[in-house]
Amino acid sequence: MNTFVQQIINFLQLGSIYALCALSFTMVYGVARLVNFAHGSIFGVSMYVLFFASTYLFNVIESTWLVYVISLVISCIVTSLIALLLERVAYTPLRNAPKVAVVVSSVGAGMVIEYLILNIAGSKALRMPSLIPNIKFDLLGVSVPLYKFMIIIIAIITMVVLNIVIKKTKLGIAMRAVSQDRVAAGFMGIQTSKVVSASFVFGAIIAAVAASLYGTAYSIFAYDVGESIIWWSFIAAVLGGIGSINGAVLGGYIIGAISVLAPIILPVSSYKDIVAFAVLIIVLLVKPTGLLGKKGIEKI
Amino acid sequence: MKSKKDSIMKKMLLIGLCSVVIMTALVGCNGTEATSTDAEPESAEAAVSEETGDFEDYIYFGLNYELTGAFPIIGESSIQGIDMAVNEINAAGGITIDGKTYGLAYKALDNAFNTDEAAVNAQEFADDEEIVAMIGPNDSDMCMATQAIVTDEHLPAISPWSTLVVLTESPWYFRACFTDDFQGEILAKYAYEYENAKTAAVLYDMSNPYNEGIATRFKEVYEQLGGTVVEYLSYNGKTGETDFTSQMTKIASAQPDILLLPNFYEEIIAQTTQARDMGYTGKFMGSDTWGDTSLLDWDTDNLLEGALWVGHYHKDIASDVALEFIDNYHTIYGTDKDPNDIVALNYDAVYLLKTAIEIAQSFDRTAIRDGLNAIEVFEGVTGTMNFVNGNGDPTKSAVINQISGGEFKYLDTVNP
Repeated sequence: MNTFVQQIINFLQLGSIYALCALSFTMVYGVARLVNFAHGSIFGVSMYVLFFASTYLFNVIESTWLVYVISLVISCIVTSLIALLLERVAYTPLRNAPKVAVVVSSVGAGMVIEYLILNIAGSKALRMPSLIPNIKFDLLGVSVPLYKFMIIIIAIITMVVLNIVIKKTKLGIAMRAVSQDRVAAGFMGIQTSKVVSASFVFGAIIAAVAASLYGTAYSIFAYDVGESIIWWSFIAAVLGGIGSINGAVLGGYIIGAISVLAPIILPVSSYKDIVAFAVLIIVLLVKPTGLLGKKGIEKI
Repeated sequence: MKSKKDSIMKKMLLIGLCSVVIMTALVGCNGTEATSTDAEPESAEAAVSEETGDFEDYIYFGLNYELTGAFPIIGESSIQGIDMAVNEINAAGGITIDGKTYGLAYKALDNAFNTDEAAVNAQEFADDEEIVAMIGPNDSDMCMATQAIVTDEHLPAISPWSTLVVLTESPWYFRACFTDDFQGEILAKYAYEYENAKTAAVLYDMSNPYNEGIATRFKEVYEQLGGTVVEYLSYNGKTGETDFTSQMTKIASAQPDILLLPNFYEEIIAQTTQARDMGYTGKFMGSDTWGDTSLLDWDTDNLLEGALWVGHYHKDIASDVALEFIDNYHTIYGTDKDPNDIVALNYDAVYLLKTAIEIAQSFDRTAIRDGLNAIEVFEGVTGTMNFVNGNGDPTKSAVINQISGGEFKYLDTVNP
């Protein structure tokens, strides 16, 4: 029973982080129809900004919560600016180029950012300061650290807020319109380029939140932290249906579930990746658009 | 003015520019730049060491090291040990062959912790007639990538830090450290006999033969002795895995006396934190990869208190040779920190090469190999060793370290 509760919490924690990462990745695709492989580096940037901001702030401020909030805000701002710059430099000039060119450009931009991090911050791994107070709770006989709850709660709040923004606000409606048909949205008076920029900012902010949770949970990171994150975010997003917000969340939790279940069930615990990809392939065979993806109508 | 053709050209140009930018970024970071003391490299590729001392001729060896890539600390430590030894040897009069003294110098190539690069570097050294032997790589994966080249080209190689058993199956490969088998065996014996641990669990990275080698041997010996391995779990380090909670939950529910984590030090904090969070209360044990003080700096919650790991040397039992080495290290690099195992083993590797050249009285590659095989007593920083068993592995002792009060403390010496 204890083990069961523990594994459920493990699943929720890991799933929440994957879901947020996949969500931040899928934002840009959903609106701009662009597979943004530089996103992993954006994630890396937010880890480093968070690290430097919080390390500095801990010298000045006592309260852990306050440090967390302020450094998260700083990280969101810096990350958004870099995402906007990225859009301006690497994507806007290629707006009418073939899709492949943009993908190559995104891979390249990602590498440039990653190596800039390497040159500025160095190659040595760092330990993120504890951003959430070290308190333990008792849940059904299992002692659970506060940070695990916070990861799950913060992830859920972010997803709910994002859903409300997308469904209810003017910007959200504009985003959905651009997502459905960019040209027609333009005719309706929507400034599509601004909406695309907004999607980059949204993606960056969610990435910054995800980075803060990731840093809290796994603490040690180096300049290439974004590489494996982008990998799993991409898989989760494709599994759930790339471009779909609920799909990304679903995909994230499925990958989380596989990561937790595979070591329990399989004779060799490291076969998790095989299971994850097998599931991905099966889903894509049955439903090529992913679980919640909508079939796009190609117009000639 | 702007026709459609023009805009296509412009885009092509942009893509071209982008790739140039990317290439420069890559080259800028992966390019080999050894230490700042190095003289101007002749080519962009190999960083040639300064020819220190006053000699007419210099004997060159190749250094194949992990300066960039996933674990840059390996390369940084490696070059420190190499530079110390080379400068010392030259200051002390170099190497005498048939009455003539030669200085020692090296050409360094970064393998970026990439097996392909490691192999390319080895080939380059093999083709370079000036090179008498290769030191490095340090990591077992990198070493294995060079094994076939070293064997085919008859280039004697000394890996300072690779403990992988099969490496020295090549008659041209030697090492300055002990093997994974020996480490796994020592850990199993120590856990069972000295720590009186009757149950153990293992979590290892199955994507690296180093981790797998120790885990396999540990399980074998531990079970032979009568212990029970309650959980034997793995993960894939190549995909950058950081979440081990599922495995740790299984381990915690079995509550073994010992949890062996023969993994890289950068992963240890995440693993031990998660183990404790899942309720594991037993002891942690580790392999020689734990020997980096970053581990102590990162361990802000003192989760590693009492943990044991097997290492190559410790200053508390250090010989005069080792004490002098540690002192010199502090002076040269201006630090209070003690040199890690990699620095010490690279330093020893250079002296092993010097000893072999002196025994051979030649810098012919085959003669150097035979010279290495003929080393009967070598007093290095990491202990006294010999190579008389002829399999390329030194016979030497291991040290059990304990983490206590935020320091690596000497606990015991174990002989093979």
